[in-house]
Amino acid sequence: MRTFGIIVFPGSNCDSDCFYAVRDYLNQDAQYVWHEETNLDKYDVLMIPGGFSYGDYLRPGALARFSPAVDALVKEAEKGKLVVGICNGFQVLTELGLLPGALMRNKNLKFICKYVNVRVENASTPFTSRLKMGQTIKLPVAHKDGNYYVDEDTLQQLKKNGQVVLRYSEDVNGSVDRIAAVTNRQGNVVGMMPHPERACDPLLGSSDGMYILGSMLDHLLKGGF
Amino acid sequence: MAQARVYVTLKRGILDPQGEAVKNALHTLGYENIDEVRVGKYVVLTLQDSSDSEALKNTVEEICKKVLTNPVIEDFSFEIVEG
Repeated sequence: MRTFGIIVFPGSNCDSDCFYAVRDYLNQDAQYVWHEETNLDKYDVLMIPGGFSYGDYLRPGALARFSPAVDALVKEAEKGKLVVGICNGFQVLTELGLLPGALMRNKNLKFICKYVNVRVENASTPFTSRLKMGQTIKLPVAHKDGNYYVDEDTLQQLKKNGQVVLRYSEDVNGSVDRIAAVTNRQGNVVGMMPHPERACDPLLGSSDGMYILGSMLDHLLKGGF
Repeated sequence: MAQARVYVTLKRGILDPQGEAVKNALHTLGYENIDEVRVGKYVVLTLQDSSDSEALKNTVEEICKKVLTNPVIEDFSFEIVEG
């Protein structure tokens, strides 16, 4: 049994979805971690869920990055632990600088809530190993600030290093190069706007999110990189 | 008491969808001579008195870089007004 720590900020609202997906569909130990926690050593995976941490005041994710739990998360990430930021979690990771780029207001200025198709651009990450390169999966998005921006030089670096993990099949929010998910250079930290944790139960319209969660579990079971 | 007036703007060349929407609205209203609109943020920090204006400036600059802006997409400028 592996332990998934789900960091909860004031304003997080996908923490229960993560908990439910990990416990009931991945059959692993899910635990909530309040943002004041300073030691995250005991968790095998750290998840930053979606929502509106600190009301998204100033910029989405901008204030959450100063939480004690986020300091502790950085230490664990540096050790090579898997870290996944979903939606608001992705915004926190870019604000923090653990992931390159920034998430800006959607091009059409609207909150977009729908299923989208995303294409797997790198199937050899700990988050996509159950998928095939070029495979398309269906995941929900729900965000107003998912317009991923990186400058041209960084974009070339990301492509060269295989850090672009998922791309929208069609333009959804104005993201540069239709990027939906990126990893850090080391490959143990991922941020994504789509919500795999909301796509585990087929009753909800897709269970493709299980590919992502399952890949992470496989990575842990085989003992890391 | 001193006030730091901080202006946060999107970097040049970065698409500003809010600015575009405002520009389109202005054009619709007949203000055809508006070429571009950029929307930013204005933040006022009220600071305790300090005789060291250089230190004050450094503090505000640090706050801008660390918290008030995301350097990937935003620039800032500020003025300190004694009052």
